[in-house]
Amino acid sequence: MPYALCFLLFMVGLYCAVVKKNIVKIVIGLAIMEYAVNLFLIMLGYRTGGTAPIIDKTYLEPGTGQIAASFVNSAVDPLPQALVLTAIVIALGSLALMVSMCIRIYEKYGTLDITEIRRLKG
Amino acid sequence: MAIFYILLLFMIIAAIIAVETKDLLSSIICVGAVGVGTSIMFLFLRAPDIAITQIVVEVLGLIILIRATISRDLTFITGDREFFGTVVSVVIIFVIFLAGIKVFETLPDFGTPLIAKVPNVASNTYIKEGLAKTGAANIVAAIILDYRGYDTLGEATVLFTSIVGAVVLLRRKNKKLLEEPDE
Amino acid sequence: MKGMTVIVKTIASWVKVLIFLFGINIIIFGHLTPGGGFAGGVILASSYVLLMLAFGREFAEKNLSLPAASKIDCLGAFLFALIAILGFAFGGIFFVNYLVKYSQPLRLISAGTIPLSNIAIGLKVGASLFLVILTLSMFRPDVSTGKKE
Repeated sequence: MPYALCFLLFMVGLYCAVVKKNIVKIVIGLAIMEYAVNLFLIMLGYRTGGTAPIIDKTYLEPGTGQIAASFVNSAVDPLPQALVLTAIVIALGSLALMVSMCIRIYEKYGTLDITEIRRLKG
Repeated sequence: MAIFYILLLFMIIAAIIAVETKDLLSSIICVGAVGVGTSIMFLFLRAPDIAITQIVVEVLGLIILIRATISRDLTFITGDREFFGTVVSVVIIFVIFLAGIKVFETLPDFGTPLIAKVPNVASNTYIKEGLAKTGAANIVAAIILDYRGYDTLGEATVLFTSIVGAVVLLRRKNKKLLEEPDE
Repeated sequence: MKGMTVIVKTIASWVKVLIFLFGINIIIFGHLTPGGGFAGGVILASSYVLLMLAFGREFAEKNLSLPAASKIDCLGAFLFALIAILGFAFGGIFFVNYLVKYSQPLRLISAGTIPLSNIAIGLKVGASLFLVILTLSMFRPDVSTGKKE
């Protein structure tokens, strides 16, 4: 059920990117889609009643220094977190590129409406 | 579990407001609300690394987006929509949504990840041997910089390229340099 | 871009130092507590963005100018590649963690090349994002419909 709500958020962003006419609205739709996808990936790795994947002194066995079995049985999945960490920063870089393209388009055509820009073809 | 539903409903309502409002500044603020909601959800999903990164990246993303709209005269959208195109798009998106719901029944339940079911998966090896082989207590940092260092190298390259592209697009030609070779 | 009122300028000049220090803390302890190079680098960039928003663009440009920011960016990327290539020289495999045999776990100086990579990535990400926000604020559009500039 939380998966379905996250997918609904993705669909709201997709609707905004497909239907709207203003270029800045399209960029906003893409940003909402990126947040929804990152959220979905982290939701795949969640364990009910789990702990964050960071080792503390309380998780080591007192004698040998090995990792206690309680940590291995209760940690959430660290692999989707590693993938999403890079995805968030790449989304910021591509957002900067999209916004600079918007500014250049506005300077060249004088409008932000994509139907007008298709007609001008300057 | 109730907190997840409350946060998701808050995010969906904020996203719908961001899509439908006519003022561009309000919709950017609503995108900020969606970002804060995801950051709090990451905290409840036991991912503190990701929560820190998401909140600071979302703040900088808001500053970049506001730069696209401020000092423009066209912050209000005019013109009427085409009715037929909107209806067809909504129907197609609804069909995709229903198909997606069908696919989600093949996923495991929310709360039992893959590492609880299959004992040989890579994540189990990372959790058991992460501290002994890399010496880092933060297993996510050990994964992105030691076990999967190539992905970090590629990500640094992509970030570098996109920033260089954005700076080159915004370059302004200096008019004095263009006039000198003519004389 | 002009600056803001006196109250904002005073508070910003105290707070930006705390933000910068917090960013350095998150980068350096990236292998022991949550955080790492990416989050810490973005926090470093946002302390300079606070300086730019409170005091105006010219003041921030005197503090860290455009060529200096791009040089720090290239330095960070080059350091990261250098750490990876030295893995090839010392360990025989590209990107191997060659300092891990000198480490004791759960201390500040441990985990081999991971803190060094965190510092390189933090420098790179911070300088890149400050560069792009400075360039976006320096841009003054001339709107003449249909003509190229």
